[in-house]
Amino acid sequence: MVEQERVRVVRCGGSELNFRRAVFSADSKYIFCVSGDFVKVYSTATEECVHILQGHRNLVTGIQLNPNNHLQLYSCSFDGTIKLWDYVDGILIKTFIVGHKLHALFTVARAEDSVFVTINKEKPDIFQLVSVKLPKSSSQEIESKELSFVLDYINQSPKYIAFGNEGEYVAAVRDFYLSVYFFKKKTTSRFTLSSSRNKKHAKNNFTCVACHPKEDCIATGHKDGKIRLWRNFDDDKKYTYTCLHWHHDMVMDLAFSVTGTSLLSGGRESVLVEWRDAAEKNKEFLPRLGATIEHISVSPAGDLFCTSHSDNKIIVIHRNLEASAVIQGLVKDSNIFTGLMIDPRTKALVLNGKPGHLQFYSLQSDKQLYNLDIVQQEYINDYGLIQIELTKAAFGCYGNWLATVEQRQEKETELELQMKLWMYNKKTQGFVLNTKVNMPHEDHITALCFCNAEKSENPTLVTASKDGHFKVWILTDDSDIYKKAVGWTCDFVGSYHKYQATNCCFSEDGSLLAVSFEEIVTIWDSETWELKCTFCQRAGKIRHLCFGRLTCSKYLLGATENGILCCWNLLSCALEWSAKLNVRVMEPDLNSENIAAISHSSMGSDLFVFKPSEPRPLYIQKNISREEVQWGVFVPRDVPESFTSEAYQWLNRSQFYFLTKSQSLLTLSTKSPEEKLTPTSKQVFLGWSNCPDKILVSSCLKDVGLAASVLRSTLCEVELPSAVTVKTLPPSSPPLHIAVQSRDALLFCSPRNLLAALCWGWERDLGI
Amino acid sequence: MGEFKVHRVRFFNYVPSGIRCVAYNNQSNRLAVSRTDGTVEIYNLSANYFQEKFFPGHESRATEALCWAKGQRLFSAGLNGEIIEYDLQALNIKYAMDAFGGPIWSMAASPSGSQLLVGCEDGSVKLFQITPGKIQFERNFDRQKRSAIHKMLVDRQYMGVSKRKCIIWGVAFLSDGTVISVDSAGKVQFWDSATGTLVKNHLIANADVQSIAVSDQEDSFVVGTAEGTVFHFQLVSVTSNSSEKQWVRTKPFQHHTHDVRAVAHSPTALISGGTDTHLVIRPLMEKVEVKNYDAALRKITFPHRRLISCSKKKQLLLFQFAHHLELWQLGSTVATGKNGDTLPLSKDADHLLHLKTKGPENIICSCISPCGSWIAYSTASRFFLYRLSYERDNISLQRVSKMPAFLRSALQILFSEDSAKLFVASNQGSLHIIRLLEGSFKHLHTFQPQSGTVESMCLLAVSPDGNWLAASGTSAGVHVYNVKNLKLHCTVPAYNFPVTALAIAPSTNNLVIAHSDQQVFEYSIPDKQYTEWSRTIQKQGFHHLWLQRDTPITHISFHLKRPMHILLHDAYMFCIIDKSLPLPNDKTLLYNPLPPKNESDVIRRRTAHAFKISKIYKPLLFMDLLDERTLVAVERPLDDIIAQLPPPIKKKKFGT
Repeated sequence: MVEQERVRVVRCGGSELNFRRAVFSADSKYIFCVSGDFVKVYSTATEECVHILQGHRNLVTGIQLNPNNHLQLYSCSFDGTIKLWDYVDGILIKTFIVGHKLHALFTVARAEDSVFVTINKEKPDIFQLVSVKLPKSSSQEIESKELSFVLDYINQSPKYIAFGNEGEYVAAVRDFYLSVYFFKKKTTSRFTLSSSRNKKHAKNNFTCVACHPKEDCIATGHKDGKIRLWRNFDDDKKYTYTCLHWHHDMVMDLAFSVTGTSLLSGGRESVLVEWRDAAEKNKEFLPRLGATIEHISVSPAGDLFCTSHSDNKIIVIHRNLEASAVIQGLVKDSNIFTGLMIDPRTKALVLNGKPGHLQFYSLQSDKQLYNLDIVQQEYINDYGLIQIELTKAAFGCYGNWLATVEQRQEKETELELQMKLWMYNKKTQGFVLNTKVNMPHEDHITALCFCNAEKSENPTLVTASKDGHFKVWILTDDSDIYKKAVGWTCDFVGSYHKYQATNCCFSEDGSLLAVSFEEIVTIWDSETWELKCTFCQRAGKIRHLCFGRLTCSKYLLGATENGILCCWNLLSCALEWSAKLNVRVMEPDLNSENIAAISHSSMGSDLFVFKPSEPRPLYIQKNISREEVQWGVFVPRDVPESFTSEAYQWLNRSQFYFLTKSQSLLTLSTKSPEEKLTPTSKQVFLGWSNCPDKILVSSCLKDVGLAASVLRSTLCEVELPSAVTVKTLPPSSPPLHIAVQSRDALLFCSPRNLLAALCWGWERDLGI
Repeated sequence: MGEFKVHRVRFFNYVPSGIRCVAYNNQSNRLAVSRTDGTVEIYNLSANYFQEKFFPGHESRATEALCWAKGQRLFSAGLNGEIIEYDLQALNIKYAMDAFGGPIWSMAASPSGSQLLVGCEDGSVKLFQITPGKIQFERNFDRQKRSAIHKMLVDRQYMGVSKRKCIIWGVAFLSDGTVISVDSAGKVQFWDSATGTLVKNHLIANADVQSIAVSDQEDSFVVGTAEGTVFHFQLVSVTSNSSEKQWVRTKPFQHHTHDVRAVAHSPTALISGGTDTHLVIRPLMEKVEVKNYDAALRKITFPHRRLISCSKKKQLLLFQFAHHLELWQLGSTVATGKNGDTLPLSKDADHLLHLKTKGPENIICSCISPCGSWIAYSTASRFFLYRLSYERDNISLQRVSKMPAFLRSALQILFSEDSAKLFVASNQGSLHIIRLLEGSFKHLHTFQPQSGTVESMCLLAVSPDGNWLAASGTSAGVHVYNVKNLKLHCTVPAYNFPVTALAIAPSTNNLVIAHSDQQVFEYSIPDKQYTEWSRTIQKQGFHHLWLQRDTPITHISFHLKRPMHILLHDAYMFCIIDKSLPLPNDKTLLYNPLPPKNESDVIRRRTAHAFKISKIYKPLLFMDLLDERTLVAVERPLDDIIAQLPPPIKKKKFGT
């Protein structure tokens, strides 16, 4: 057991759902998508994640239904294995060890015992399509090294390869040419488009390919937005193509409908185009899909399509071009300015989402809970356009208040700043804009913090800016005789010798405010706003600032740009200790005295956990990431862990998450977090109504024992475990009914039949 | 290469007529094109798309249909109700026959070439028997008499809006029983003729689809739309292992700005022409065997003959239009400037004369004498000669009457250098020499055509000393006549490609011949053999870029003081060949611009080669040397032509 307790860095959710085309099950009930090292199975009706197929030890790069048994799924991964899954029960059936890094997977019904994979040999950019013979054997792990070469010099992404006419030929595109390999004749035809530098042909690059299911017709997408339909390609001379042109930007993906009568295409315009009968004049559109369409897939039954988008979203679309479900993961494509925050109410991770939005992401269920539009302006996607950026955000007063700062700077002198304060509305369960402050400062706001002291009766917010001031904002009555409306006003403006304010921080009890002015740290009394003392280390500008907590609340920590970490004693007003450490991230744990600091060097990023009271770190993990870590955050655990090892005790009450420059969300864990946090295969949703307007829904029940205990505790009205979250039903739904949801059925029962219904649902899910 | 003062003439207000019909002849690989003014042109597709013959238009003879029959016979029919057959040897109209059904809108020959079918304004369809010499009326199908087997009703709906009328602009009947129709609603429809049902419908344009042409193999066809787009349809197999085939729209081509009124389908190319006057030949890459200049897109706008003649002495330009001639006096300047400067005019160009023809016929050819005092032109039936006299600013014109009976129609007219003789190539194949006197003339001699040939001469050249006359027909070799003793001197060996321009050099009496395959020969008339330079260049071969030019050389002239120079031009370049310099090989740069002044003479000499090419003036219709230091260049910018055409159908352009 002790060996198992080794802490390692694991990727935790937030992985791309749009990395590869999603795959529908044969009955269109489920949709599969690769997600990091896992394959996720979602229900197309409820958008819920039904299973997570885990077993690969590296990025999963391709999934395909088993053409000979549509209840099975093949997946391939960078770890060099092909795995066969029973997706209904989420069981791994077989593992085929190929040995090479596999980049894409294709299955063909005709080739019964072999699949096609993309591998690369020798040169890094040259890929080969090979067929892998999967030997029949009863054992779980089978070596299948029997590779036969099909096509060389292809592209890595499966978008560039398509099998046509039930596996008679395979079409592959790269740069300016299309290669078609005919399995029967064993010949390759190659068709090249003009690639000359002149304006007309410069964007002729192929971007994707799809094959007609019934006819000998290959559709290719191009960088200039054209779609070409190739025919007669079995003849090197007589080949011909038709052009369809609607997209003004690159065609990202193409898919034929099951019958081949219509062709779907999508791109940066975020519009799904359906071309009927391959005619240019006969097309239908599904516009306003929100973000670039990266992939399109079609269900084998033909009733559903789905599009994967660049904002980590999958939209399930009905045959008549109506979006029916949205599966939204962590949005990753924008710059993170706000850093990682934890919403105190939902414990959700909060960070920049879509442009101008703040996303609330559930670490437990790996899905986006909520998307708050901060900028509240139409987003125009155009290259080179300067957008309004959400730069700062902070939660205050246990999640009752949210402060956000947005800015837009077109020229050096023209800065547009706006601060917004949002109040949590219990009725609507969301944030409502309370106060909007135009130009709260003359220059960029560098820091934003709420006073989170328990005793403070009046919410207080401090902003620090490059204009040399810090401002204190307090909540006051807003000139209403009923004193019901409240608003924020500026209470105090402080400055220190015209230095730029770079950071601000409240002490745990809220009595002191520390504001750093370039190299100098100033301490202010939060009652009277008097300057109490200053610290200066002459070691460069202060980059991070934070107070110690609990037993260490007499310490103040500051990290400077020159790579010095200082700890000042507030009682003696002297430097307690300092260390040479190039700190990039410094985060205090809210549940303990611990502070995590991540340093960066050319070798990689290192993690140090220490208590302010002593300079010796509690825990050091070298090289947690090869690239720079940009943000980190401690997330309080719902159920405390019990690490016995002293080095890991800092992880008992909180978990540490961090985000690297390439936007991978990582954490430190002894086991894979998905295993622990995500709903298991026996998922039970329970609900009941104990007061007329509320319904409690529990999720994430790990096993039957826990479910039973929840049941019992509910009936006795015992306090609920934190795994149960409270949701208010929308006013229109019947209040006196309960919802029992199991897998994909939702039942409503009256409270009288409560127990029976719950038992029924439970039993069904147990499979009894 | 000396520097020249160039008269850059842009006041030649020539607008070609729109193309109405095209007909492709598979046997001889020739293309007949008829224009809205009734002109019919024959292009030889094997000879680098050279326009080798043309039949002048006629005001009342607007062609609506053109077809080839029995390989070599060309028929046209038009709004005057006549069916016309053309004599392709003598270049005149063989006969015209009234069909007695009002204006004729359509005509088709049977595949065997024995019958001709015309559709008339009164609704009747008339069948003619094609006999060796003529056509003979055989039968009349009246629209009332027989009931139709099937009536195919075309849907009038067009993108949900019903138009008042839907006109079928063209049909094609394939041997498998499929009928293809194109209509004014922008549809191409496939019908089953056995059942009269619609099989497939392609909506391809927002405007009318006006023309259709099917290939001989019936595996592809081409349609032209009023938006200027030409669509190619191909019959492709649905899957490689099934025999089922389907018609698929493949490539659109947008080479026209206006209506595509006529299309043709040769085995290797799609040919289209329309209101915007261009004839576009778009080769099908999959059908082209070798990648040579046949595989390039061609756009033919200007006739491959000379419309302009020039009087060097008086600095006059004679412009030939369809129904009139214009005489212009070139402007002059006193200013001087550096190389490349534009000089201000001290005296503007002056429009001296506007000479309208009598009668409905188009002008075939015209010429002004070098001294500027004679103008001659010819229509299909009459020959006109005028005497010009200049009295200070006034100009008086006097027609020379009593032309001899044999001078009825000329294909080419040429004055000798001293303006004392007039050479006329008549359409009977004979050459007449006429001595011009003050106000009258005298017929000197007629060279009869070689026995057994009736081919007309259409290019003439006379030596500056007036002793030699060279004449060329459309295919046979060049004949050189001695004017002094009125005898055939010699015949230049026949070459496979037609002659596009002829000229005899002063002093040396070398005949320079340009052919449509871009070869240039120099033939010494006194020695009766090719010159040494010509042999050298034939041995070494022309530069590949020179051979890839797609317009023929239409004019050759010489520099009086520099006997080693040959000046020639086509529509896109002007070239001076300096025979004293080394010939370029395929590695050297053919189009080298003038070397920079600051480079040393050594480099300049090293990069210099015999071909000095200028591409400043385009499209260039005429270029000649006025005197040692002055050139005249007549350009006709395409934008000016488009500006004079009716406005095209407006199309929404993305991003505007």
